[in-house]
Amino acid sequence: MNPLSRRDFLTAGVAAGAGLVIGFYLPHGSSSAKDTFAPNAYLKIAPDGKITIVVARSEMGQGVRTSLPMILAEELEADWKQISIEQAGASTLYGDQTTGGSASVRTTWDPMRRAGAAAREMLISAAALEWGVPRSSCKAEKSAVVHAASSRRLTYGQLTSKASAQPIPTDVPLKQAKDYQIVGKPVRRLDVPSKVDGRAVFGIDFRLAGMKYAVLARCPVIGGKVASFDDKESRKISGVGYVGKISDSAVVVVADSVWTALEGRRTLDVQWDEGPNKDLNSAAIFESLKKSVSNKAVSLYSNGDVSKVSGRRIEAEYQLPLMAHAAMEPGNCTAHFRGSSCELWAPTQVPQDVRDSVAQAIGLDPDQVKVNVTLMGGGFGRRLEHDYGVEAALVSKAANAPVKVLWTREDDMRNSTYRPASYHKLSAVLDGQGWPVAFSHRIVAPSISAQKGLPTPNGVDPDLPDEAALIYSFPAAAVEYVMTETPVPLGWMRSVYALQAGFANESFIDELALAAKKDPFEYRMHLLSKDEDIKYFDTVWHTARMRGVLQLAAEKAGWGKALPAGHCQGIACFGCFSTYMAEVVEITMENDQPVVHRVVAAMDCGQVVNPNILEQQIKGAIVYALTNALRAQITIDKGRVVQGNFDDYAPIRMNHAPLIEAYSVASTEAPMGAGEPPVPPLAPALCNAIFAATKKRIRALPILS
Amino acid sequence: MAAITLHINGSERKVDVAPETPLLWVLRDTLELTGTKFGCGAGLCGACTVHVDGAPVRSCSTPVSQVAAKDIITIEGLSANGSHPLQLAWIEEQVPQCGYCQTGQIMAAAALLAKTPQPSDEQITQAMSGNLCRCGTYDRIRRAVQRAAGAGGAR
Repeated sequence: MNPLSRRDFLTAGVAAGAGLVIGFYLPHGSSSAKDTFAPNAYLKIAPDGKITIVVARSEMGQGVRTSLPMILAEELEADWKQISIEQAGASTLYGDQTTGGSASVRTTWDPMRRAGAAAREMLISAAALEWGVPRSSCKAEKSAVVHAASSRRLTYGQLTSKASAQPIPTDVPLKQAKDYQIVGKPVRRLDVPSKVDGRAVFGIDFRLAGMKYAVLARCPVIGGKVASFDDKESRKISGVGYVGKISDSAVVVVADSVWTALEGRRTLDVQWDEGPNKDLNSAAIFESLKKSVSNKAVSLYSNGDVSKVSGRRIEAEYQLPLMAHAAMEPGNCTAHFRGSSCELWAPTQVPQDVRDSVAQAIGLDPDQVKVNVTLMGGGFGRRLEHDYGVEAALVSKAANAPVKVLWTREDDMRNSTYRPASYHKLSAVLDGQGWPVAFSHRIVAPSISAQKGLPTPNGVDPDLPDEAALIYSFPAAAVEYVMTETPVPLGWMRSVYALQAGFANESFIDELALAAKKDPFEYRMHLLSKDEDIKYFDTVWHTARMRGVLQLAAEKAGWGKALPAGHCQGIACFGCFSTYMAEVVEITMENDQPVVHRVVAAMDCGQVVNPNILEQQIKGAIVYALTNALRAQITIDKGRVVQGNFDDYAPIRMNHAPLIEAYSVASTEAPMGAGEPPVPPLAPALCNAIFAATKKRIRALPILS
Repeated sequence: MAAITLHINGSERKVDVAPETPLLWVLRDTLELTGTKFGCGAGLCGACTVHVDGAPVRSCSTPVSQVAAKDIITIEGLSANGSHPLQLAWIEEQVPQCGYCQTGQIMAAAALLAKTPQPSDEQITQAMSGNLCRCGTYDRIRRAVQRAAGAGGAR
């Protein structure tokens, strides 16, 4: 919708280890209240001792409103009980606020630590000055500075004025992991109490005085337009207000309640110009992908010359469908256009993009648009788009009222930005012992970024560096990408291309192990047996760390040991967002369908910030991935998305949720991604288990199609 | 439009809405009780679960006219101050991630425990499988229901 998306810059920045310390320090005197100590944009300490930490990422369930403040509080030597948080809206103070790419902890780890440490040092200086003692004789602990020699103690609240007068240090000492009091502990989430009694305000819950509700009738055919509409019946409904065309492809009905708006839309008569895609269907989409496999490709990774290696050749092709995020909270946004300004309350992963897109759409400058970030009922990447924000602003402007635009489940399912369908051709040459001496993977998929008009340097979708890594070292290897095009709207969905790349790679490795008549776990361990660094774009993958998670998952799952009758296991490992992941899936087959009993997952994401939240992320991602593997499939017929609700796009429920065990490797390496890396290994591990049980190889998802 | 008197969370509330309006939208838009969530509008996900005369009901698919004379409890009325054993267990077990479905999950669980104070694993699965969670919190939901049952969750 708008070429200003930041996600590509984000991924590039992370990969380059660039960090995001932009516009970080506020000048002195910008404290929001007198005597409040606010040394930087992330932190305020009030004279009463209350500590407010600003969270400049969006909370969609992944726990940033707890984990990010923990990082700052650790360096601050704060008493965690005194912490409260403030959610940042779109701002210029925090660099890129995009919440995605499993990047919130890894990109804020340094700035949040430095913000806390700088404040701590200033507080220590203030106390030392107050007491007339050397700084080195003072120590910060539990929101206070203490001078042990004289048993004196000043709380942070008592020091706010004096600390504000201290120079902001530029080079601050950071704590060592062994001294952590908060980071690494299973701290309870700050947002949980409000989520068990109905108090939590999600985007859909936010209300303004005099607010109207709106739903849109959107063209059911991809790329179609409104030809004409008749709102005579809609206007007969009491409570229906503004009805009008809001874009080329949608008519809005504004009313005094959601139900009235829905009734207004039900009785609206719209004639559609179905446009160029009215005959598009899924078969044609897959046919086109398959045909494109011989198109010109760009190299993502290359080592040696795979074409010159001869021997026993194994080949296989894999295919993955379109998928929808289907977050529990459907799309929505509240906007209030006031002529020369517009304010939004958006459940969004990209407040800054929403601000910029809205400004462009309604003819204001970005600084005339204020975007507040609400809680999100799930994001999974869908809320990296800005469409809901632009719609809400346009409708508020058209209706001249504060408006909440709401999407129904069907609106959400049929107007999503889908995980691209993809096609994969893999080829390997095995030596006499069955070990691969050449390995190649050709990925055929449309580029999400290219479709959105974002840069794709050298023909490479900017997500592929983070998501299509090669984690084994082969004597000769090639990973290539063929960029295709599609009219189907595309978006970033949890783990993005790593789901496709991981499925193809790790299914194929199992096929090679079979061809070599070797155990799939032992086969992988052998391929990782030498300590090597594999440089893939700006990330270096260490075989030793991958070996570590593979070994851990296999051990905990009892790989190779006797299983209950009928039970079979499959294994897979993959790396994405700089994190190492391995999973073992245990199944039985009933009526030709897999029943997943147990998933054992092992992760190495470096330093764990909060094991309570990490366990949630691992287990939750595995349930999400299980839906992807078994059932998630968006199909297109006559240019329309077929699926509409949770009956024909049916996520896993408790009765099909397996026992999940989540393990992480103790590490003091810098923290890396956690929310997405558990997704990719699940499908191949499951299909590898199905093969173990049935000798049938599944090369296309979903499994139950 | 019709004037309807509802009995919600122990109070009488008068509303003037079209009689076929789903209870969900009356709760959310008219009465500002937004703890009850919209997920699917078709009785498929359970996010809108409330109690009607003690039974778990999908408020998105229940016309308000059908519940006029009945006793309706929403998440806001489950306990005075979030102290229902299930709410406490939900905190102890740190169940919510995004939290959107959790009020519906708790209402489904509360209806289960009211009828079956000591549910078996299978009974929990059966009672809770009508409620979707895209964050995948199912194992902690189960643990929280078990914890509340142990603490006298039938209250």
